[in-house]
Amino acid sequence: MVTNITSFGRSGLSDFIVQRVSAIVIAVYTLCVAGFFLVNPGMTHEALLGYFSSLPMKMFSTLALLSTAAHAWIGMWTVGTDYIRGHYFGAHATVYRMFYQFGCMFVLFVYVLWGLLIFWGI
Amino acid sequence: MAGRLAFDYHALRVFPGCCTCRDVLFPAMVREMKADRPVYLSLLQFEWPMAALASIAHRVTGVMLFVGIALLFYLLDLGLGSEESFAEAVALLDEPLPKLIIWGVLGALIFHLVAGVKHLLLDFHVGSSLEGSRIASGLSVAISAVLIGMAGVWLW
Repeated sequence: MVTNITSFGRSGLSDFIVQRVSAIVIAVYTLCVAGFFLVNPGMTHEALLGYFSSLPMKMFSTLALLSTAAHAWIGMWTVGTDYIRGHYFGAHATVYRMFYQFGCMFVLFVYVLWGLLIFWGI
Repeated sequence: MAGRLAFDYHALRVFPGCCTCRDVLFPAMVREMKADRPVYLSLLQFEWPMAALASIAHRVTGVMLFVGIALLFYLLDLGLGSEESFAEAVALLDEPLPKLIIWGVLGALIFHLVAGVKHLLLDFHVGSSLEGSRIASGLSVAISAVLIGMAGVWLW
């Protein structure tokens, strides 16, 4: 149960299921891309472009990108709330943790924009 | 009974072999005591069973990927850009230090993936007993070590 606005959490149950579903999406995507690299030892620009530029692959890449952002957010949130706390960081721990969490959000926002530009710009 | 304990942090204290990062650093006992009570926990004096090492390594590799994914994006961006930028990416991969860093990121990805599969199996109570968690943790470390080695061979 979320009782504090600075906890930046919504629901542990929701986080639990999002973490697992996104993990499966990322795992399958990683295996597909790794498999593509493994069966193409002498990679060329043309082959790489061909693999990533089909519409289904663009959609799959976007899904994996958004899953990565959600997965990383929950993971980094967990790390932050475990370590950036009063016991280690003193009275201002909540302030430090909020800055850390805003920083994580910003980085993930940049990754999502960058990824969309890469995947849909080709 | 052991099969039901995968997410019961209080019950996990009964099974020190299947502890998580959170339990090692902040046992439920300590977390629930008054905040102003002096706490002394020395990580160097803890016993670190295989399950605990695999758990903290899963967390560390996750944070590594949060940073390292930027490098993978950069390489993909170069590789997909044009013939010239593709050649730039290939040239970057030929330099020793970038190659080593990329191996590190790929290694983190491999371990995080393998240990993540172990976590998903744990959701279905596979490997959640004390002995099971020892075997599963040892296996996840061994499998990822082999895969990381193979990734190194593939890169060089």
